[in-house]
Amino acid sequence: MKAFSYQRATSPMDAAAKATVTPGARFIAGGTNLLDLMKLEIEAPTHLIDVNGIGLDKIEKTEEGGLRIGALVRNTDLAAHEDVRRDYGLLSRALLAGASGQLRNKATTAGNLLQRTRCPYFYDTQQPCNKRKPGSGCSAIGGVSRQLAVVGASPACIATHPSDMAVALRALDAVVETVDAKGMARAIPIADFHRLPGETPDVETALTPGELITAVTLPKPAGGKHIYHKVRDRASYAFALVSVGAIVQKDGSGRVALGGVAHKPWRVEPADALLRRGAKPVIEHLLADAQPTAENSFKVTLVERTLAAVLAEARA
Amino acid sequence: MQALEENGVSRRGVLIAGAGVIAATAAPGAEAQPMPQATVPVSFEVNGERRELTLDARTTLLDALREHLRLTGTKKGCDHGQCGACTVIVDGRRINSCLTLAVMHEGAKITTIEGLGRPDRLHPLQAAFVKHDGYQCGYCTPGQICSAVAMLDELKAGLPSHVSETLTERPQATDAELRERMSGNICRCGAYSNIQEAIREVAGVRA
Ligand SMILES: Cc1cc2nc3c(=O)[nH]c(=O)nc-3n(C[C@H](O)[C@H](O)[C@H](O)COP(=O)(O)OP(=O)(O)OC[C@H]3O[C@@H](n4cnc5c(N)ncnc54)[C@H](O)[C@@H]3O)c2cc1C
Ligand code: SF4
Ligand code: FES
Ligand code: FES
Repeated sequence: MKAFSYQRATSPMDAAAKATVTPGARFIAGGTNLLDLMKLEIEAPTHLIDVNGIGLDKIEKTEEGGLRIGALVRNTDLAAHEDVRRDYGLLSRALLAGASGQLRNKATTAGNLLQRTRCPYFYDTQQPCNKRKPGSGCSAIGGVSRQLAVVGASPACIATHPSDMAVALRALDAVVETVDAKGMARAIPIADFHRLPGETPDVETALTPGELITAVTLPKPAGGKHIYHKVRDRASYAFALVSVGAIVQKDGSGRVALGGVAHKPWRVEPADALLRRGAKPVIEHLLADAQPTAENSFKVTLVERTLAAVLAEARA
Repeated sequence: MQALEENGVSRRGVLIAGAGVIAATAAPGAEAQPMPQATVPVSFEVNGERRELTLDARTTLLDALREHLRLTGTKKGCDHGQCGACTVIVDGRRINSCLTLAVMHEGAKITTIEGLGRPDRLHPLQAAFVKHDGYQCGYCTPGQICSAVAMLDELKAGLPSHVSETLTERPQATDAELRERMSGNICRCGAYSNIQEAIREVAGVRA
């Protein structure tokens, strides 16, 4: 690990201000992704700003009847929160399908959203990777790509976003709230928060340098059945090959978002309107522009069957 | 829940010791600049004893325990959050001590395998692991036991898991629940069935 200096922030604005004055500074929350990558020197911040203990660990009701989830709320606490279990079961289920008990006790809302890809070449510092080293090339194209994206990818990068939580937040129409060094607050709809890789796969979100996530808000409960199905190589403690998060109403209408298929949680709103006609038309719409590799074309079939299972469960 | 919250504002603020000391770590190409030296004082309680350390900020909690405090019961398996060998209990919660910095735990109460019981007075889970032969090489065992202790508290507190049938009813100590909740602890020797026997005895699962 490269040397860095360490400092505790005293407030959200103080954290953003500190990050802006020190080039190479990063926030640290749970540390479960950042430290992992720092040990491999894939990330090498010169300065760490600890954002634990600045009051961002609360879950509150919003005036609109929704929920405001602090950026530092641990994944365990979010999954177990009474209102989340009752009204946003999809979010609880997605969180509980991720990582392990130990990791969820540390992992935070913001850190989970900002976790980086699990593309094997991103982790292997001996190999070219445009995301890790812009302009060096993409080893995954023509390489081992079983885990990687089938839709929304680019000739520069075919990585996926690994978060389960983000899939649920996408289906729930969450909004990411931030503050910058000047104290300016922003609200970014989850649909616009993560970027597609395009020509700059190293730029992953809409955040500006030093901008701090303060909370994620959920609109008032949508009702319906909340189902999250994750398909992985072992039954627990593994990342998704594909996942489906859905909210299905009594009349069969609803919404659906996919994980494990793209650089961001994948939802195409017009596809929701096809839900009553079954899994096939929905997936055909969602993956209309899919360009799977020879190694991961199985994901197209797998995700359709997973959605079919979700819809069967919703009807049951 | 968060250690740093407990003592409030007084402990917060800049914690860079010896700011202004030249460190030879300037980025190549960059002009040599005075950099804050990256050692940080931290104090926490380990197994009921107050410990004060001044550490390179890079020191993980795992390395602080093993290399600085010589508490070598906690093991380093993967050092990347993938095996659970380094599991310790911090402020009542199990975490992977390899993926957290020691300096992030100012004021925390840390329990390691050494603090759970003693050879002459074993923790019930330690005794159950002995009785059921819940290990072969023993390398994953301290992590398994620390994890299981905190896991049973999570279950008692009614926290849901991936295999819980509903999110609204209290989860029960079933075999499926125990297995899922212990999935963050890998045993390279594959002693899982005996580990499961030990934990289910303490959890009171009936056959
Ligand atoms: C073995 C293993 C298995 C895993 N399995 C899964 C899985 O199955 N599913 C899944 O979804 N995840 C999984 N994870 C990933 C885990 O969920 C993430 O590591 C975790 O959510 C990151 O949260 P954190 O608080 O620890 O983030 P950190 O590591 O502290 O931070 C991550 C990034 O977010 C930035 N950041 C943190 N807080 C803020 C803020 N408030 N504002 C702006 N930037 C911020 C940091 O600067 C850093 O760049 C796994 C991880 C491991 C190690
Ligand atoms: S897919 Fe993206 S992350 Fe993977 S090697 Fe290519 S550029 Fe890097
Ligand atoms: S050593 Fe920490 S999880 Fe493996
Ligand atoms: S007993 Fe050897 S690794 Fe578990």
